[in-house]
Parts: sequence; C-alpha cells; structure tokens
Amino acid sequence: METENNKSNIIEISELNKWYGDFHALKNINMNVKEGEIIVVCGPSGSGKSTLIRCVNFLEKFQEGNIVVSGIELTDDAQKIRKIRSEVAMVFQHFNLFPHLTIVDNLTLAPIWVHNETKEEAREKALKFLERVDISEQAEKYPNQLSGGQQQRVAIARSLCTSPKIMLFDEPTSALDPEMISEVLDVMVELAKGGITMICVTHEMGFAKKMANRIIFMDEGQIVEENDPINFFKNPESNRLQLFLSQILTHDE
Amino acid sequence: MAVNELQSTRKPPIFQIGAILWLRTNLFSSWVNGLLTLASLYLLYISIPPLLDWMVLSANFNFGTVNILGFEIKFSEVMADNQNCGREAACWPYIYEKLYMYIYGFYPREESWRPDTVYGLTALLFVIVRLVRNYKYKNRVILSLIVAYPIVSYILLAGGFGLLPVVETHRWGGLLLTLVIASVGIIVSFPIGVVLALGRRSNLRVIKLFSTLFIEFIRAVPLITILFMASFVLPLFLESGNNFDKLLRALIGIALFQAAYFAEVVRGGLQAIPKGQYEAADAIGLSYLQKNALIILPQALKISIPNIVGSSISLFKDTTLVLIIGLMDMLAMVNMTSQDPYWLGRETEGYVFVTMVMWVILYSMSRYSRKLEIRFNTENKN
Repeated sequence: METENNKSNIIEISELNKWYGDFHALKNINMNVKEGEIIVVCGPSGSGKSTLIRCVNFLEKFQEGNIVVSGIELTDDAQKIRKIRSEVAMVFQHFNLFPHLTIVDNLTLAPIWVHNETKEEAREKALKFLERVDISEQAEKYPNQLSGGQQQRVAIARSLCTSPKIMLFDEPTSALDPEMISEVLDVMVELAKGGITMICVTHEMGFAKKMANRIIFMDEGQIVEENDPINFFKNPESNRLQLFLSQILTHDE
Repeated sequence: MAVNELQSTRKPPIFQIGAILWLRTNLFSSWVNGLLTLASLYLLYISIPPLLDWMVLSANFNFGTVNILGFEIKFSEVMADNQNCGREAACWPYIYEKLYMYIYGFYPREESWRPDTVYGLTALLFVIVRLVRNYKYKNRVILSLIVAYPIVSYILLAGGFGLLPVVETHRWGGLLLTLVIASVGIIVSFPIGVVLALGRRSNLRVIKLFSTLFIEFIRAVPLITILFMASFVLPLFLESGNNFDKLLRALIGIALFQAAYFAEVVRGGLQAIPKGQYEAADAIGLSYLQKNALIILPQALKISIPNIVGSSISLFKDTTLVLIIGLMDMLAMVNMTSQDPYWLGRETEGYVFVTMVMWVILYSMSRYSRKLEIRFNTENKN
C-alpha cells in the first residue's frame, strides 16, 4: 500500500483569484488535495470558504488562476465541466433536494440521465445508499415529509449515487436543528473512513479534530493558516486564527 | 427543581357546534359583516326571482316532439313560433331551432357526425389519461395520443386525403370553431411560451434580446390588431396570398399572441424556483436541457398552473374577437341567427345561451386546474 506522500494530487488549485463585481472574494489561493485526503475549511462568515469549494465544481466562475480536478483543467468548456461534475459531488447547506420527486427518484436522477444507467440498476443502487445513511424506509416519500437531518442524509446519499471521487460539503450541518447534527456527522465520518476525498466547509470542530488530515483557516478571501488538527488547535500561529478559535471554542469546551 | 410528568394528548375542547355558531362566526361576526350579509341577501332577493322567472318559470318550452338518442319526447303538440312564443320570458324553442348553427356553424348537416366524433374523442382522451395514470408505459401511451389526436381530429374535421369529403374551414362555425381556435391556440402557444420564457432568462444575449423584444411587442398590442395583421398583412408576404386559409391566419396570430402571455406566466414560475435547485441540478452534472426539463420546469409549471389556466380562460373568451375578421364563432352565430326574419328580436335568448355554454366550459377548466394543483402538490403533502 502506498504511503500518503506517494499519492497524487486529485485537486490542484493555483493562483486562484475571484471577484464579485469589484469585491475581491478569493485572493491568490494555492491549494493541493491528495487522493483520499479529508480537508476541513473553516473561517468567519464571508471569508470565501464556500466560494472556494464552489469554484472546484465550477458553480462559481473565477477570473484568474487554474484549477485541475483529477487531471482535467477547469475551463468554460461545458463538456469538461460536466465531466468534472460527474466526479465531484456536492452537499449543500440547504440540502437542495428536488421537492417534486420522491426520495428514490432524487437519487436515481443523475445515474439515469448523466451516467446512462438503467432504471433498475439505479434504483437498486439508490436503495443501497439509502440503507447506508439509514433512511431506506423513507424511499417513496417526498423530501418535505422528512426532517432536516433526514433530508441532509438523503442529499449525501444522492451525491454518492454517482460514485464520485471527491465530495464537497458546503456547511452541511449549519441549517440543522442541534439534535440532528450528529446523525449527519455520523454519516460523514463513515464516508471519511471509506477513503473518499473530502473537502468540508464546516464549523463542527469536533469533526475536524477527529477526521481531518488538514485544517485550512480562511479569512478575507485568503488562506491564512493550514495545519494538521493537533497543531491547528494547540499551536495556532496567526492572531486571526487565535481570535477565531477563542470565539468558536468558548462554548464548546 | 420541578419535574413534570409526561402529559397524555387529548382532543381540542368542544364549545358549541351547530348552525348558530357557524352563522355568528361567518356571517355576523361584527356589525359591518352583519350589514354586508343583509345587503347581499337583499341583492339576491331582487335579482334571482326575476331571472328564474324569465329563464324557467314563465319561459316557453314548447319544443314540439324532440328525438333524443332515439327516444321521442313530446313537449307540446307543435313547436312554438316567434308569434305565439311570448315576449315577457325566454323563448327556448328559438335556441332549439338554431342549436345546430350554434354548435356547428355551416358545417354540412350530413357530415355533422365528424365534429361529434371529435367531441367524443376529446372526452375519451381525458378518460384515457386518467385510466393510464398508474400504467407502466403511460408516458408512451400519452405521447402517442398527443401525436395522434390532433392528426385524427384534423382529418375528421377538414376531410380530404381521399378519406372523407373536404369541408372547407369557412364553413366551420359556432362552438366547434370556438373550441378549435381556443384549443389549437392554447396547445400550440404553450411550448412556444415555455421556450420564450427560458429564452428571456438565458445567458445568451441574442436569444435573451429576441425573446424580450418579441414578448414585449406582442403584449403591447391588442389582440384585435394582431388578428388584423395576421388576416390582412400576413398574406402580403406570402406567395399564396389570399388563398392562404383564413382560419389558419387567425390561428397563427392567436398562437403568437398567447405565446407571449404564457411566456410571462411561466417566467413568473421560473423566478420562484430557488437558486439552490439550479445549483443542485448543475452539481449532479445535468445538462442545460436536462436541468430545465427534469428539475426546473416541472416545479415552475406546477406553481404556474393557476395562472396558465387563467390565461387560457382569457384566451378562450378572446376567441370571440375572430368575428371581426369574418370567422363565425359561437357569438357571431348569435348575431347571425338573430337576423332570421322568422325569429326577429330573440338576441337575448341567444346571448344567455352562449353565456351559459361559456360558463360551463370555463368553470370546468377552472375546476380542472384546481384538481391538477392538488394532484401535483407534493411540496406540502403530509
């Protein structure tokens, strides 16, 4: 089995700059992610962390820099974008399930229409993933009949259905009631153990401590500091990270 | 520290139930409400009895002997004529005599089974759509019906192709013409409207500009103008000139007109779809067409149903304008039949009859839309 260092980069971001109008949202981002790595991105709101991961599957356009995802460089080419999106799955803060489709139809949509699987194949796989997120008995219901935590687990199952190499989590627990956060985090921990590459924007520092290979701290559109979990929390170097940690950890410990 | 026991659930308290409570809460909850209730009752009192008297109680129903589906029903010895029909109340034998004109216009009597078959097929269509709802291949069935129905209907109505005698469109009239114009107008304009709505929200500048210009131009012009343009200006650009079918010209005008309105209705629905739906569809790798066909439009059209039907109802009523370019729809038939020297002065009956037919059709449309809304309402299903 190969060691961490030998693994190749699955995401390479170099000199990434993005503006919303005149607002400089991302400043000179350089970042590489190795296959199987679990990365947690945190930072105060408005720091550009969501924008960063949304650039990876081109939900946001960027003006300068390069992003290479599993060997494909991101350009305006619709064909390439679709290819990348079929390998990069995303889980949203507000779940974004399709409310007019049943749970199982939500899951089979991409496999049938993007990956040309048959209905039976897709359905079988969907039910398997629903079982994995412990929600198989809800398969024929509609999203709005489920609780927030259940919906987010369905959303995770939906993104797994296309067998992605990379999963992006955009604050997956921020819109949930407190008692539902752990059920979603449990699923994410299971996934992380399974060896998939993950980038998570989250404020769940417990998850970061336990699962992350690296934690990245962003502020004002820049990567301020990155470190392994132990040193990230024990020896924060920059003032901004120290301040941030003191703010978010006060209530935790 | 106090610990409370878990309470068992129970039904809400029942105060008073019954008619008096209902009256008090709904009709006499306040002085203003009470006065309004009394005023409405008075209005009903002065309007309903005379209307009922005119339409039913004092009306003349001397149809003579009527043959309904092979059964002879004798209303009176002979059919009433204009002289002995009475002037104080409705003379329904007049409508009975002109019924064929109201329903088929100048369609040849010996061929009237053809429009009847089309009416029957239309009813059958609704029944089939209901029946196959849970059938495995329902999409294929419905799709083939969508293709076959207009072709069969056209061949039946217009004839030709060596199958049936040709009935030229200028002989079509009455309810038949109204239904043809309204349904063709609605069905043809709907997909155009959807495309225009998507076009107006497109990122491609040229398409966006074209859609916006088209929609805003059409919406800024009255239907009458468009009908005139389609009827008199369009032939100038066409080689076939005035031989170009008059009904077809009107249909093109109406379809373009209605497309602009549908476009705005659908655009309203599209705007209500959260950005997250687009992002989720993008993120799972759907193409532009798939995204719109599978995710965005099903939701947008669903919330647009009341407006789509409202717009269709408006169009249905607007079809009566075609009489100004010489097409004889149901309303035009009232004018025409009232010129009959044997039946002078009976326009009122005609207008009341057309009103009732229109009401039945449009109210059914309205109810049908309500049913569709409920059926597609998965958002709040519990």
